[in-house]
Amino acid sequence: MNTIPAPTIEYGTLAPLLVVFGAAIIGVLVEALAPRYLRKAIHMPLTLLSLAGAFALVLVQVLRGQVSTTASAMGALAVDGPSLFIWGVILVLSFVCVLLINDEGHFVASAAAVPGSADEEQAESAGGGHTEVYPLVLFAVGGMLLFPASHDLLMMFVALEVMSLPLYLLCGLARRRRLLSQEASMKYFLLGAFSSAFFLYGIAMVYGYAGTVSLPGVNEALARGAALDPLLMIGLALLGVGLMFKIGAAPFQAWKPDVYQGAPTPITALMASGTLVAAVGAVMRVFWVGLGNLDWNWRPAIWGVAALTMIVGSILAITQTDIKRMLAYSSVAHAGFLLVGVMATFGTAEQNAGSLKAVLFYLAVYGITTVGAFAVVTLVRDPGGEAGHLSRWAGLGKRAPMLAGVFAFFLLAFAGIPLTSGFFGKYAVFAAALESGTQPGDSMGGWMAALVVVGVVASAIAAFFYVRVIVLMFFSEPSAEGPAIAVPSMGTVAVIAVSLLVTVGVGLYPESMLGVADDAARSLFIR
Amino acid sequence: MTTHYLILSGLLFAIGAMGVLIRRNAIVVFMCVELMLNACNLAFVTFSRQVGNLEGQIIAFFVMVVAAAEVVVGLAIIVTIFRTRRSASVDDANLLKY
Repeated sequence: MNTIPAPTIEYGTLAPLLVVFGAAIIGVLVEALAPRYLRKAIHMPLTLLSLAGAFALVLVQVLRGQVSTTASAMGALAVDGPSLFIWGVILVLSFVCVLLINDEGHFVASAAAVPGSADEEQAESAGGGHTEVYPLVLFAVGGMLLFPASHDLLMMFVALEVMSLPLYLLCGLARRRRLLSQEASMKYFLLGAFSSAFFLYGIAMVYGYAGTVSLPGVNEALARGAALDPLLMIGLALLGVGLMFKIGAAPFQAWKPDVYQGAPTPITALMASGTLVAAVGAVMRVFWVGLGNLDWNWRPAIWGVAALTMIVGSILAITQTDIKRMLAYSSVAHAGFLLVGVMATFGTAEQNAGSLKAVLFYLAVYGITTVGAFAVVTLVRDPGGEAGHLSRWAGLGKRAPMLAGVFAFFLLAFAGIPLTSGFFGKYAVFAAALESGTQPGDSMGGWMAALVVVGVVASAIAAFFYVRVIVLMFFSEPSAEGPAIAVPSMGTVAVIAVSLLVTVGVGLYPESMLGVADDAARSLFIR
Repeated sequence: MTTHYLILSGLLFAIGAMGVLIRRNAIVVFMCVELMLNACNLAFVTFSRQVGNLEGQIIAFFVMVVAAAEVVVGLAIIVTIFRTRRSASVDDANLLKY
């Protein structure tokens, strides 16, 4: 009889993941067993404590210097420095998003009731919303943690689905404008499933070429084998399609504005921050670790995607009339800026630590500013829900100077104006790209400089539409029946305050965050 | 020879992708996505035989589980939108644009 050797699981290293998934499963049990009036009171502390606890466990690993240097869970996960940094960022972002989710009135009372029916009225009058939101968010966050830490492609595919499936459902749960919300949910689901099928076929092709799906295994096979194998080329292209869809890079950006507009705003905040951070982390791991020996092949392709994404995102944002759609296209443009950092890999792994640091820093500061901006969007309301149309924001600076001022500051940070965190984020990735291009022997040398020029031009175009909103808020007369400014709850105030503090703080003292990102990047991806 | 199976897998994947692009009923679009996932499974199992390890077959099991989970979520969304609109056509869902 052959005996099957027992797998080893590094429970200490994986503890943050286990806490989040464990809390999600307890959340499902709460839904099944607790009476309705108690559920929210149980979910809220459970969710927040588990996210805070997971963050503490990440900190413990970092502070005790126990960052692992080998892959965990039989080579399925790589909990290295960059992973831990990304985990920390995702946990903080999801914690503040849960504070937004806690607010009353974002989620539908009964998703199964047809809009406008007697059932819906009855559910509305019974009060409350779907408390299933909390475990769904925890599952999605768990997937976000797994996604950038996957060390083989199968794990990455499973993580992608664990992250996406709850988000598809969450998108359809808005209390107001339910038709839009359901439509967003369906579009996100169909396009997301379509793209993950491409991703999976890419995995199949790479497996056929390399005989393994482990990322370092694939990289070794690349070093050995014929690099122009059609299987490999098809696999590379299909993997790229799946990943570029998830970060919303052009030409796969079409879902982003629709989904961001239709989804409940706290969920939009979670998707625009957490999902993007997780997906960019996964992109780096696949292209740097798994396809590192093929960089002369994928870098020209990503060059085109990055340039197109920055230009398309910035230009289409100008034509938008809805604030959430505008922020969605801005998120597309930022995905392009992040890809510039992803491109900046040439030479040895140590030389790439600088580019890695730049991308990690950008992710952290962009994520927190995004959550703050969407938190402000939840407060500007019409009788039918949030005041989405930009014309409704006219003169907001006179009606609510504080709120408009904070929003203006977030927009300036998006635009990358000096003294905001966004400036240093952009500066870091562009500098990394230029440095990578000047290294001797890089065939992309001049092209990297060209990409940075495209990036700067796109930033200038983007600054135009950010400033346009600021001008609209402060220099036009408020209409007589302007939108109401909701009295923010404690949670929303906390979210906006934290985002503002980080955006200002990192803008004034970027060394603090850069230092942390540098430490994380120095330990490099496990290969 | 495994080439025939790969060609079949490629064909199934292409039929699925084409179906997603041209069919209007959300259920049919969704079935085409499932067809694409099954084409992936066939490719995995074929490659598993070709390269001589079992990883591909194990992946096929994972993909089946994921596909089942996707069906649960997808049908819930499509049924909800059908009850609201009395239509599962993806062309009718056109409120979000520009």
